Amino acid sequence: MAGKDLEKGVEAEGFEHDFESGLAVIPPDKIRDPGLEPHRVRMTDKSPAKARNAEVQVAAMFLVSVLGSFFALWAYIAFPITEDLSTVRANNLFLGLGMTLSLFGIGIGAVHWAKTLMPDFEVTEARHQTRGSEDVRAAAVEIVRLADSESGFSRRKLIRRTMYGALALFPLPALIVFGDLGPPVGNTLRQTMWKAGTRLTKDPTGIPIKASDVTLGSVFHVIPEGLAEMHDHKLEEKAKAAVLLVRLPQEDLKEAPEKTSWSYDGIVAYSKICTHVGCPVALYEQQTHHLLCPCHQSTFDVTEHCKVVFGPASRPLPQLPISVDAEGYLIAQSDFLEPVGPSFWER
Amino acid sequence: MKNRFFRSRRKPLAATLVIAAGLLFSGGGYAVATSVVETSATEYTAEQISEGRKLFLANCASCHGLNSEGSAAGPSLIGVGAASVDFQVGTGRMPGQGSGPQLPKKNVQFTDEQISLMGAYIASLAPGPAIPEQKYLEATGDATHGGELFRINCAMCHNAVGAAGALTEGKYAPNLEGSEAKHIYEAMLIGPQNMPVFNDANITPQDKNDIITYLAYLEENPSAGGFELGNLGPVAEGLFLWIFGLGLIVAITVWLGAKSN
Repeated sequence: MAGKDLEKGVEAEGFEHDFESGLAVIPPDKIRDPGLEPHRVRMTDKSPAKARNAEVQVAAMFLVSVLGSFFALWAYIAFPITEDLSTVRANNLFLGLGMTLSLFGIGIGAVHWAKTLMPDFEVTEARHQTRGSEDVRAAAVEIVRLADSESGFSRRKLIRRTMYGALALFPLPALIVFGDLGPPVGNTLRQTMWKAGTRLTKDPTGIPIKASDVTLGSVFHVIPEGLAEMHDHKLEEKAKAAVLLVRLPQEDLKEAPEKTSWSYDGIVAYSKICTHVGCPVALYEQQTHHLLCPCHQSTFDVTEHCKVVFGPASRPLPQLPISVDAEGYLIAQSDFLEPVGPSFWER
Repeated sequence: MKNRFFRSRRKPLAATLVIAAGLLFSGGGYAVATSVVETSATEYTAEQISEGRKLFLANCASCHGLNSEGSAAGPSLIGVGAASVDFQVGTGRMPGQGSGPQLPKKNVQFTDEQISLMGAYIASLAPGPAIPEQKYLEATGDATHGGELFRINCAMCHNAVGAAGALTEGKYAPNLEGSEAKHIYEAMLIGPQNMPVFNDANITPQDKNDIITYLAYLEENPSAGGFELGNLGPVAEGLFLWIFGLGLIVAITVWLGAKSN
């Protein structure tokens, strides 16, 4: 019987080999239905003492829940949250513990009750095919036909076509209204606060930075002049304009010929916004001159215009061309010449 | 009439002169005040310097050169100042125990006296960052301001509460817990190993004091949020939840599905 089944299976799957029985080992590819396990009677059904035990256990769990509720109430009163923030700790801990016990007790008790004491008979449900029988399918088709002929949907072309038109047009007002939900993006993704002559200032104080302040190996976290005093949209502007200022030995810089005027005496300024997904890249290694992004480990080489040397970022960090004004303060020559931060659709 | 005429003619000129003089003085004063060359303030005696040189020749010269000029094995120490010696030797990083991505903190190999003598010798070679003044090391500053500065300048590597962080290729920013105020100050001043320099023009001595105050505050005040798990954030917390939280859920699920005996 089993052998026949196997041969059939092989044929059905389109194997072209003929097996000589007794030579080839054909592994049975079907797991046989093991049938139902024999029903095992529970201890609680056999012994009244065990049933009594289980009853006590269930009741004990419900009592734990009761105690937990009281404990939570007590903890809320006994550990009030005051102005001292550290009081939050005891309050949350004991309140949470009490509420956990109160819910956990109910759940465990209910499940234990059902498993040990409620009737224990097993039910088998056959699995049916999802496809309906031919009769049911034919009846369904008939219903659709009848609806079509009674409504005249196929017959009355005028009604059908005007209805299509109405359905196609009704979302339009909504689309137009949704389009006006926010201000247009405009050029905001391409521009930052930096302009020709904007002084580089320290984050968060806004104190301008002199070129002589930036000693070898120094790192300054920089915001544009005027940002520290802003009130509206301060964070939006900072998120685009944040800059890292680094001074490295002039001989370590490998600058492209057209960009040599962008640095000043070994001082270079780069956007701090990662070109991958916009995390602030500020882990600067003084000796290797590598900038590491803490989110996905993109690594940029400051000596070569912050080209990507490792990680998922695909573009170098944009460089801010800098120079020095008459009083020795570092200023921007212009805005960034490319959009800062991660790629976007129209870039 | 004549006098008044002259007075009114001179007035603008005089004002211009006064403003020019004022600008000159205030500008000059500002330049002096913000000067960033940290020279060794402490004067060392010739005897201290020669004792320090002996220690240097015996313990450091094999890598840093007989005249501290540096070699392939170690950088030049001319101009690094007493602060560098105090930090590197005072935290046990120097003498280095072997080459690697980063020299770790270890048991200090010299007495305070010896470290100070070696510092005297190195400071005598060229001006460099001096050992910080005690008044900036007493954690008496503004912890809130220090916290803000720490989050802007330090937290990206050292973690928001100074609990350490990984860098590239085996390098790391160490845990700051338990660090001496002096060494925190000196590290900012000199930028040891791959740490950048935060000179006094960038983070003023009082700002450095504020940062030290913030770190001291963190050590004295326990986290309000329960177990800290090393303060390492999502990695440690995620690991804990995956093992214990998910483990508990799996255990309950198994119990739910098991038949009663």
